[in-house]
Amino acid sequence: MTAAPSLDDDLGRLRGMLRIRRFEERAAELYGAGKIRGFLHLCVGEEAVAVGVMRALTEDDAVVSTYREHGHALARGVPPDRIMAEMFGRAEGCCRGRGGSMHLFDASHRFFGGNAIVAGGMPLATGLALADKMLGRRAVTACLFGDGAVAEGEFHECMNLAALWRLPVLFLCENNLYAMGTALALTESQVDLCAKARSYDMPADRVDGMDVTAVERAALAAVATVRAGEGPRFLELATYRFRAHSMFDAELYREKREVERWKLRDPIAALSTLMKLGGALDDAGLSALESEVGAELDAAVAFAEAGTLEPVEDLTRDVYATEASDAR
Amino acid sequence: MPGSDAVMVRTTWREAMRAALREALQADPRVFLMGEDVGHYGGCYAVSRGLLEEFGPERIRDTPLSESAFVGAGIGAALNGMRPIVEVMTVNFSLLALDQIVNNAATLRHMSGGQFAIPLVIRMATGAGRQLAAQHSHSLEGWYAHVPGLKVLCPATLEDARGMLASALADPNPVILFEHVGLYNVEGTLRSDAGAVPIDRAAVRRAGTQLSLIAYGGMIPRTLEAAEKLAAQGIDAEVIDLRVLRPLDTATLVASVRKTRRAVIVDEGWRSGSFAAEISARLAEEAFYELDAPIARVCSAEVPIPYARHMELAALPQVEAIVGAAREVVGTHA
Repeated sequence: MTAAPSLDDDLGRLRGMLRIRRFEERAAELYGAGKIRGFLHLCVGEEAVAVGVMRALTEDDAVVSTYREHGHALARGVPPDRIMAEMFGRAEGCCRGRGGSMHLFDASHRFFGGNAIVAGGMPLATGLALADKMLGRRAVTACLFGDGAVAEGEFHECMNLAALWRLPVLFLCENNLYAMGTALALTESQVDLCAKARSYDMPADRVDGMDVTAVERAALAAVATVRAGEGPRFLELATYRFRAHSMFDAELYREKREVERWKLRDPIAALSTLMKLGGALDDAGLSALESEVGAELDAAVAFAEAGTLEPVEDLTRDVYATEASDAR
Repeated sequence: MPGSDAVMVRTTWREAMRAALREALQADPRVFLMGEDVGHYGGCYAVSRGLLEEFGPERIRDTPLSESAFVGAGIGAALNGMRPIVEVMTVNFSLLALDQIVNNAATLRHMSGGQFAIPLVIRMATGAGRQLAAQHSHSLEGWYAHVPGLKVLCPATLEDARGMLASALADPNPVILFEHVGLYNVEGTLRSDAGAVPIDRAAVRRAGTQLSLIAYGGMIPRTLEAAEKLAAQGIDAEVIDLRVLRPLDTATLVASVRKTRRAVIVDEGWRSGSFAAEISARLAEEAFYELDAPIARVCSAEVPIPYARHMELAALPQVEAIVGAAREVVGTHA
C-alpha cells in the first residue's frame, strides 16, 4: 500500500481488479470441488469498489467489511495465500481456519473483518474511529456495507453517532441493488440512500461503482476531508453482483437480461478497453498481466493445499486473552 | 497490601462504585465512560454523578439512545487502544445490544485466531425490587454467562463494588459487570485503601456446616439474613457468594458442599434454564455422592416481574422461601 497512489496508475488498478476476479472464479471452482465449504459470497462485478477504495487509504487506516469481503481483503493487501488457506480451513489461514470466507481478519493490515451480521461491523467501525479521534491519530476508518444494511437499526444509530461526534469514518455503501435476493425498492420507503445520510447532516455522494477511477477519486476526496477532522462522509457506490448471492442461489429474483446489461459495464473490461484505446495496454500486456495474476493464484492454492489443520487440542485457545499485553 | 494507616469509612454501594470509576479514570487516560445519561443527568442510578464536571465530556460521554451503536463502539474503541467503560441502563435494554456483545465482543478473538483482544467493560443494572415492572426488572446475567468469550461479574459486597471495576479493566477480555438495583443504597463500612479484588473466584461470606446457601449479587443480603434466621433455629448454614458467573469457580462450590452435604441455590432468574440450573448440574456432576439431600433451588416465579408491590414481592425469592428450602433439605421442616 502506498500513501498517495498515482491517479495515472491504470495498470495498478487493472491488476488489482483482475486479482480479485480470478481469485473469486477460482474460489467458485474450489467450492464445487469441495475444497471450500460453508457459505461463499463472491464479489465478481464489484471489483472496482474494492480497488478504488483501498487505494485511497494509508496503512494506518482501518477497514471494516462484510461477509462479501474477499475483494476488500485482497485489495487491502491481505495475502491471497492466507485468504485461500483460511477458506480451506487451514491453520496457515489468516484466522487459523476459524473464520472461513465470511470472517477474514488481518490485524497487520488493520483489516477488522469480515462480518456476517448485516450492519454488524458498523458499530465497530464507529468505535475504531472514536479511539483514533480520542488518541489524536489522523487515521480514517473505512466502513463497507451493502444496501441491505441501510434497513438495519445499526446503520441509523451509527450514522447519527458518527456525525454527532464528528468521527473519522468513511461510510461506504456498496449498492448492488439487492439485499440477498430482495430488491431495494421492495424493502425501502426511500431508495435514495444519500438522502438517508444527509438526514444525519453527513455529506453524501453517489458514485459510479463500476468505474474504478471514479471510485478512487471520490474516495480520495472523502478520505481527505475525513482525515482533516471534518467529520464522517458517506459514499454510495452503485455496483452490481454478476454472480449469485452465494453458492445456493437460483437467482429467481432478477432477470438474466438485467445481469447481461450490467455485464456490459464490467469494470475490468471497461478499464482494459480504455487502456488499449489510449495505447497503455496491448494484448500481450494483458496476457502478461493474466499470467502474473494466475501465477500468484496458483501459488495461493498450492499454499492452501499444503496447509495443515489446527490441532484439535487448540480448540479452546484464544476464547480468552490471557495476558494484559494481548490488548493494544 | 493494605496500608496499616487505613481506616474504616462509611459509604454506600453506589459511592463505592463511583469511587471505583473515579479511580479508574484518574489512573489511565485511555479509560472513558459512555452511555445513556451518564454525564449531564449523572447516571440513571446516580452512579456517575459529578464525573462529567471532574473529567469533562470527552471522557464522560452522553450517548444517543442507541444501545447497539454505543456498545459496539465500545468494542471498536477497545480494539483500537482505548479502555472503554460502557454503561447500559438496565439489562433489559442490553438486549438491544445483544448482537454486538454476543456476535462481536465474544467472538472476535477466537474467530480471528487470537489476533485481537477486547479490553472492554460493560456495566449494567439488573434485578427487581423497585417496582419498575417487566421491562426494567429482569435478571438476565445467566444468559450472558452462557457465552464463551465473555466474563460476567456480579458484585454483592461493598468491597466488590469498589474493587471489581479495576480488575475488570485490567483484564484483556470483554467483562460485563452487573449492578443489582437493590444494592445501590446499601450502606456499610469499607477500608479507606480498598482497591482491586480478584475476579476469578467465589467467596465464603458465612462459614457453616449443615448446608450451603449459594447465591450472588442482589440475593446475597437476603441469603445472609436467611442464614441468620436459620442459625436462630439451630441450623448452621454456609453462604457462598459466586461473585463471578463466568468463569465459574466450581472448586469453591464443590468444597463447600463436600463439607455441608446439602445445597440450596438462590437465583433471582427464572428457574427454567437458570444459572441455578447450571450450579445444580455442576454439583450433581462433581459432588453427587457427597450429597445427603436433593439440591434445592429458590428462584423467581416464572412470570414477567409485575409492578404492584405485593405481586413483585411474591414473584421474587424472599428470606422466608430460602429458610423454608433450607429447612427442607436438612429435614427439619415442620
